[in-house]
Amino acid sequence: MPNQRTAESLKTVPRLEVRGVSKRFAEMQALSNVDFRLGRNEIVGVIGDNGAGKSTLIKLVCGYHRPDEGEILFDGEPVKKLTVEGARRLGVEAVYQERALADLQTLWRNIFIGRELHNRFGFLRVGEMRRETARLMGESMGFTSTAVSPESFVKTFSGGEKQGIAIVRALYFDAEIVILDEPAVGLSVKETDKLLEFVRSIKAAGKSAILIDHNIFHVYEVADRVVVLDRGKVAGRFRPKDRTVGELTEIMREIAETGKTSVADDSSWDTAETADGGS
Amino acid sequence: MSKSPNANSGPLPAPAIDWRVGRGVSLLHDPKGFLRTYAGQLGITAAFIVVWLLFVVLAPDTFLAARIYAAFAQSIPLFGIIAMPLTLVIVAGEIDLSFGSTMALSMVGFVLVWEHTNENVWLALLMALVIGAAAGVFNGIVIVYARVPALVATIGTLYLFRGLSMVIMGGRNVHLGAIGNSLVYRISVGKHSFLRNIPAQFFWLLGIAIIMWFLLNRHRFGAAVYVIGDNAETAALQGIKTNRVRLTLFVLVGLAAAFAGVISSLNIRSFFPSVGEEQLLPALAAVFVGGTSVFGGRGTIWGTFLGAFLVGTIRAGIVAVGLTGFATDFIYGSVIVVSVTIHALLQRRFG
Repeated sequence: MPNQRTAESLKTVPRLEVRGVSKRFAEMQALSNVDFRLGRNEIVGVIGDNGAGKSTLIKLVCGYHRPDEGEILFDGEPVKKLTVEGARRLGVEAVYQERALADLQTLWRNIFIGRELHNRFGFLRVGEMRRETARLMGESMGFTSTAVSPESFVKTFSGGEKQGIAIVRALYFDAEIVILDEPAVGLSVKETDKLLEFVRSIKAAGKSAILIDHNIFHVYEVADRVVVLDRGKVAGRFRPKDRTVGELTEIMREIAETGKTSVADDSSWDTAETADGGS
Repeated sequence: MSKSPNANSGPLPAPAIDWRVGRGVSLLHDPKGFLRTYAGQLGITAAFIVVWLLFVVLAPDTFLAARIYAAFAQSIPLFGIIAMPLTLVIVAGEIDLSFGSTMALSMVGFVLVWEHTNENVWLALLMALVIGAAAGVFNGIVIVYARVPALVATIGTLYLFRGLSMVIMGGRNVHLGAIGNSLVYRISVGKHSFLRNIPAQFFWLLGIAIIMWFLLNRHRFGAAVYVIGDNAETAALQGIKTNRVRLTLFVLVGLAAAFAGVISSLNIRSFFPSVGEEQLLPALAAVFVGGTSVFGGRGTIWGTFLGAFLVGTIRAGIVAVGLTGFATDFIYGSVIVVSVTIHALLQRRFG
């Protein structure tokens, strides 16, 4: 982690910056010269069709892949040879719909997967984990029904709730950047609303999030900014709050047809001041 | 473990958490949750009691006398000791079919060291355990690093370890006569008046079961085992060293198999290269009758413990009840099929 920086100077630096990154897989140019920034306490939506490069971008940030060109900076410091573990140490936590939780296990075991509270011989402090889980359920998950407890099996929760659990878990363990990969796929409208509530809680906790989706309307409500990828390039950036649904649809159609958009909110998209302020 | 949890997360002051939460599901306060959580274990417990009562009613002379229990205490640990770590292997979504052969290979090491060190039993025991662990490492490498499915790999090592034992011993049996006076003998299979003449291996079974229970339910290792069997990708994404855990599991089974091999051979004070052949199916049956899922992610030591006694009781029980020997396999098979079916139904209902 960067170090001698004062809190003051950190404020003007994006939490995460991807600078001029390209990535090529055998037969396909997945990303070409992509710039991307995530500010402090900001939620950025990344949208684009299948194959636009969304997953490649987050896999680079999570350390699964290394860029062929360009660099990745955390708090303004370039990180060379980012690994999965290194990314975790820097506070990056990805939440995947299908892979976030172990369905057959209880809620408390899921909260503490891989990070169990234990004594120095590795024995679990079970009571403490159960009580912490109960506390999180009341404070952060909004589970007030007596039908659920830390002993509830995760498979009994709905899709939106499960991702909420994973988000709460990430924040509990001090994730700085939560990455949500297509979180709304297969969720009902009601479940999507629940999910978005959890996404807002990331911001309320003072952290940042990247929300990947192929549908602008999922991210519309919660994202401070939206970055549109198209065939490995950044095709557009805008602030959804300044625009109507009709305008957004128009922008998306323009990008789908031409690979770019005439809309340019770029003047403000990545300056430190606005990134810092969120929206 | 680079981070400690943020104890102050959330803007609200922490509401008081009922202290009972820390103790898990309570039968008194949440009977439904209790049933849901322990359905499998309650099921096997009920099945065990029913079968036992049946035997007591049908063959009271046998099942109300101490002798048959002494026989159980002698024979059940031979496979029960292996069934305990085998439960963890299966909870992790793996399988091991080679442990019967590991028993033999470890005993080959035991016998050779015993013969060449002027009958040093401690060194022989150490050698058996080292070979058992090495067999586990071998299984683990083939399965975890070469990524051969465990079922396939351990069918291979089942023949490999057995064949190696045969080749080394040239089919030779070894009489271990004088070993009956050794401390190792008395500790592992001896009968002692202060333990009411129950064979020592029964206490080893109890001890290993308790250790495995703590490992599975109250240790980080066991927490990792459950998650790996449930969703290996989740485990890896959450930072669990899945390969290391899986390899360790096969080593645990190898060690248990080596010890079971020693017990089997000391019991009869002889080594036969065929040692362990009959323990394969009872050990597997004990785990599955005990409710452990072959798909991984769930299973209990309590279930396996009762499963071992159920499996071990039936054979003797059928004879004692007066049925012909021809019926044993039929009844044995019926009990296994019925119990695993009940578990499957319970899991669909409560799981």
